Amino acid sequence: MQPYELTMAQALVKLDAGELSSRELTQSCLDRIEKVDSDIHSFITLDGEAALLQADQADQKRKEGDNGKLLGIPLGLKDLLCTRNLRTTCGSNILSNFIPPYDATVVESIKKEGGVILGKLTMDEFAMGSTSETCSFGVPENPWKKGYVAGGSSGGSATSVASGECFVTLGSDTGGSIRQPASLCGVVGLKPTYGRVSRYGLVAYASSLDQIGPFSRDVADSALMMNVISGYDRRDSTSVNREVPDYSQALVEGVKGLKVGVPREYFGEGLDPEVRTIVENGIRILQEQGAEIVEVSLPHTEYCIAVYYLIAPAEASSNLARYDGVAYGYREKEAETLLEMYKESRSVGFGAEVKRRILIGTYALSSGYYDAYYKKASQVRTLILGDFNRAFEQCDVLISPVVPTPAWKKGENVDDPLSLYLSDILTVSANLAGIPGMSVPGGFSSEGLPVGIQLQGPHFREDTLLRVAYNIEKGTGLGGKLASL
Amino acid sequence: MKITVEEVLHVAHLARLNLNEEELVKMTGQLDTILSYVDKLSELDTTGIEPTTHAHNSVNAFREDGVVTSLPREESLANAPEENGEMFKVPRII
Repeated sequence: MQPYELTMAQALVKLDAGELSSRELTQSCLDRIEKVDSDIHSFITLDGEAALLQADQADQKRKEGDNGKLLGIPLGLKDLLCTRNLRTTCGSNILSNFIPPYDATVVESIKKEGGVILGKLTMDEFAMGSTSETCSFGVPENPWKKGYVAGGSSGGSATSVASGECFVTLGSDTGGSIRQPASLCGVVGLKPTYGRVSRYGLVAYASSLDQIGPFSRDVADSALMMNVISGYDRRDSTSVNREVPDYSQALVEGVKGLKVGVPREYFGEGLDPEVRTIVENGIRILQEQGAEIVEVSLPHTEYCIAVYYLIAPAEASSNLARYDGVAYGYREKEAETLLEMYKESRSVGFGAEVKRRILIGTYALSSGYYDAYYKKASQVRTLILGDFNRAFEQCDVLISPVVPTPAWKKGENVDDPLSLYLSDILTVSANLAGIPGMSVPGGFSSEGLPVGIQLQGPHFREDTLLRVAYNIEKGTGLGGKLASL
Repeated sequence: MKITVEEVLHVAHLARLNLNEEELVKMTGQLDTILSYVDKLSELDTTGIEPTTHAHNSVNAFREDGVVTSLPREESLANAPEENGEMFKVPRII
């Protein structure tokens, strides 16, 4: 067994026992990247030299008695988390040369705990997409089947964990961008409650929906990452000042006494039969372990895509107004007037999907349309939140598919934005309601493509999600599984 | 049609984007499809329902009005497409 094949928890045991150094671990990941990344395209920016330096420092610190939670563990970051002195592109040409002068809070936390940053990972431009195909710096490939999408927007964060390039990664989830690629790539992905993790230093897409979370090859490693990144941060006024539990303690055997809700709207038309079978197997595993299964209803599910694709673009149109070619990012130097400089810099710098969402959002917020679109969507958002509140009076956790289908071929739907938007139907509601959601591997389709099972819980009950996921993982035996490449 | 070519041009100007002829036609068609779809929301009577702009009912978060260090000027200017050591430079305005 090569060092990169271990889970993070296993690697930490070996590091502590002195059986392995961080340098060996990091070199093993770098060798793996060298071998597979020309096919998988997980990385936008790889900094192997800096990683080895960090690894040596971690080895030195361990000798001095440091016991950082991630000490010596090589990991990767979605390329929208600001990293001091390390290029952060957001997958966009407009930020192709942006070198942040500061670290995001989660990056600070990772450094404080001794994590070794290998580099920055591929993603849809500004996190707008469901396949990572809008990335301006290479499109990641599904590690399980050549020619299939990795999912998105945090595509590289999923592929790098699934293929053994990184032990864990961070991504962000605005409408499913952690859970969906996790499902399509066969890894664990967790979107925490809105406010659980600081967004300071996360390049904003839709600020009332964005949340940072971990990817890993088993549930225990996601719990460890949650222990590192959770908590209040005065620099993010929407982060919540609330005690952070030890999430690793949540991983208890059995689910006796838990009520698991099955939302009937999530099993409707368009659900692939193989996906249904895999999720039903997950339900059976929990039932056998003593969970009570109850059917619940989320009646406004059919409206969630319409709500999401108004609110997210509206917020994006405002957030992305900052890319004007003045203080950083791409500038069209030929423009003679300030107005033309703004327009040309943005028109050359942004890709088609980003422009599309900026236009929808600007339209929805513009005079005369605000009430019909943005306000209406925000009212229906209240109804969606109400659906979840009622459901969680009847159960502790919801179980469902993450995506209606396994991964699809690259190039499909790229010119049909609405079809692609509709594939997000099972994930966007959690963001609108601000609740935590998770994808845990459930099985494989007959074509050999992974399928995840989604768990959603009440605000701040990541511990329940982790416990349930841990028990599903015991039942499927898929924990720690790597794609064979 | 939910949206016309003229409206898309107007919105593009508000968003400070230039669209060439081909982009304009394609974008108008795609925006029309998307806006027709989101019209689905009009099926719901939302009279009297408070809008949710934020998943938690958070109130404004204030911090102390204290002096803290900010980024040094040199670092603030380091990513600028054009600067003169003290300020960002842009095309002449007046």
